[in-house]
Amino acid sequence: MNQLFKMAFRDLGRNRRRSFFSALALGMGLALLLLMASVITGEMESSMESSIRLQSGHLQIRAANYIEARSSLTWEDLVVDPAQIAAQVAALAPVKVATPRLYISGIISVSDENRGVRVIGIDPASAANAPYRDGMLSGTFLTADDRDGILIGKPLAEILELKAGDKANLLVNTSNGDVDQQLFTIRGIYTTNITGYDQITVFMPLAKAQTITKTENHASILFILLKDREQTGAVVAAIQPGGYEVKTWIQLNDLIVQIEDLSNSYMILLYLIILGITATVIVNTFIMAVFERTREIGILAAMGMHSRRIMAMFFAESSLLAVGGIVIGLIIGGLLVAYFTQYGFFIGNMGLNGAMIGDTIYAHLTLKDVLTLTSLTFVVSLLAALYPALLAAQMEPVEALRGGK
Amino acid sequence: MEILKVENVTRTYKIGKLETQALRGVSLSMESGEFTALVGPSGSGKTTLLQLIGCLDQPSSGHIVINGKDVSQLNRDQRADVRRGTIGFIFQFFALIPTLTAYENIEMPLLLVGAPAAERRERVKQLLEAVDLVNRSHHRPDQMSGGQQQRVAIARALATKPALILADEPTANLDTANGQQVMDIMARINRETGVTFVFATHDPRVIKYARRVVTLRDGLIVENNGVLEKPAMAAVGA
Repeated sequence: MNQLFKMAFRDLGRNRRRSFFSALALGMGLALLLLMASVITGEMESSMESSIRLQSGHLQIRAANYIEARSSLTWEDLVVDPAQIAAQVAALAPVKVATPRLYISGIISVSDENRGVRVIGIDPASAANAPYRDGMLSGTFLTADDRDGILIGKPLAEILELKAGDKANLLVNTSNGDVDQQLFTIRGIYTTNITGYDQITVFMPLAKAQTITKTENHASILFILLKDREQTGAVVAAIQPGGYEVKTWIQLNDLIVQIEDLSNSYMILLYLIILGITATVIVNTFIMAVFERTREIGILAAMGMHSRRIMAMFFAESSLLAVGGIVIGLIIGGLLVAYFTQYGFFIGNMGLNGAMIGDTIYAHLTLKDVLTLTSLTFVVSLLAALYPALLAAQMEPVEALRGGK
Repeated sequence: MEILKVENVTRTYKIGKLETQALRGVSLSMESGEFTALVGPSGSGKTTLLQLIGCLDQPSSGHIVINGKDVSQLNRDQRADVRRGTIGFIFQFFALIPTLTAYENIEMPLLLVGAPAAERRERVKQLLEAVDLVNRSHHRPDQMSGGQQQRVAIARALATKPALILADEPTANLDTANGQQVMDIMARINRETGVTFVFATHDPRVIKYARRVVTLRDGLIVENNGVLEKPAMAAVGA
């Protein structure tokens, strides 16, 4: 075995430049795979994190017939006396915060410019609003007793050319199916760095939202964040929803889970394409090696080396090349991933309103991806050597000896 | 003891629709310890006969028996087994593995038969001494002269103490002095160890070393001049 690897190592050293470039091709392939995997993981994790933080929470308590997409304001679709339920839920140890929110469809207009928006009535004092409070760019955050103040996102402010202190007309649906409108003051402009979200989301204090929509002491949902999302099951079991249903972050984000599954399927296709190209380089390298070393193969066969050992010789070479390629790949891939983990890819607004994709995607490489992709690269390198190895092993000794003459 | 028996062997090559008969019914018997030259002009069939005896190729018809075993119809791996244990080769071109040192080239057949490390070390040392290349043991083929490379090839052929050593034009690529040195070594080893040597050649300076000369022409043995002296057994080989 040692001799096999010693010969393999020296054979690779015969044409150092060719071996180096083959290993480099393998390494570049692996680096690309690592980068792609880390970007997809980063994007999916950040989408899920953003969605939980801004939209779904870890848990929601809501009426069984509430349909989120319609932002229904009919009383029977809403949660009654949400503050009381929130206080009960917040008393559970794993719960970080529980706060009522009211979702309203509306249209904001300034002079002759209109935009469809989703107004969210929030309890301004709740810690669940930290992402908006921390993302304030100008003006001040809302207070509970503010009767004519709203917060708008940066992209909406840019479209409507609004700044803190300006006025805008807001038209909203009400619980009885009518619409109501009022002139509001832009108290402040926030950003979550998710353009699609910031462009359509407007905040107002819950009390004002209940008043203008005539929903009185109702909320669309109870938004709950946990200290640790692993506790989801335990908290669901502990909550007494009293006729309402409890939805978990997995149920609420099934679209992201589906997108992740779809992305993973695409990734497998891309992995195969990249590995296929890499494998071609290795096949080519070893076919050249077989033809260059035809006579040596004949000599070894003449000495009584079995076909399988001749094959093993090429597999040993291929595995050494793979190890070299993997080292190069891990270094290049590691540097690329480190850079994009730190600085991210700026992708701007993808034009997906409401989608929880940030303006910048940060890479996140998992150990599982490193191990899977490294093993895959190694196996593909070995498989790529199969055809040249068979070619060498099937040579008739007489032909091989003659071939070198 | 009869080490080799060739019975009415033919070998026909097909190139497209054209058939060429390289051997047309050759019969030959050889005793252990012989030092025999196969001679004849180019195309006479001596290399083909050597390849068939060496189990590198299979006869189209007839039988080849080595050490009492019929090898004519063995499969690829079985023929490799016979070669590994029974036959050593010396080729016209200096057939060494270029990435291995002299020591490692000689060690290779021993690795293939699974000899233990200590035994390998001892045997390679002994063989390097026998071909007078102890000071070249860590040199690779490209750091040695043609004569030195061919001596390494002789040592390698002897490594597993085979019953039969086949040499195809062993001096063809050597100058006179080196050719003579190689033949001297082969003849000495044959004398000292009793290992059987069969070599194909058309060099008269080489033929004079043979104690038996088998002449081929057009795929047939036309002269079989057998003069056999039993050599003395000694340390290096069998």
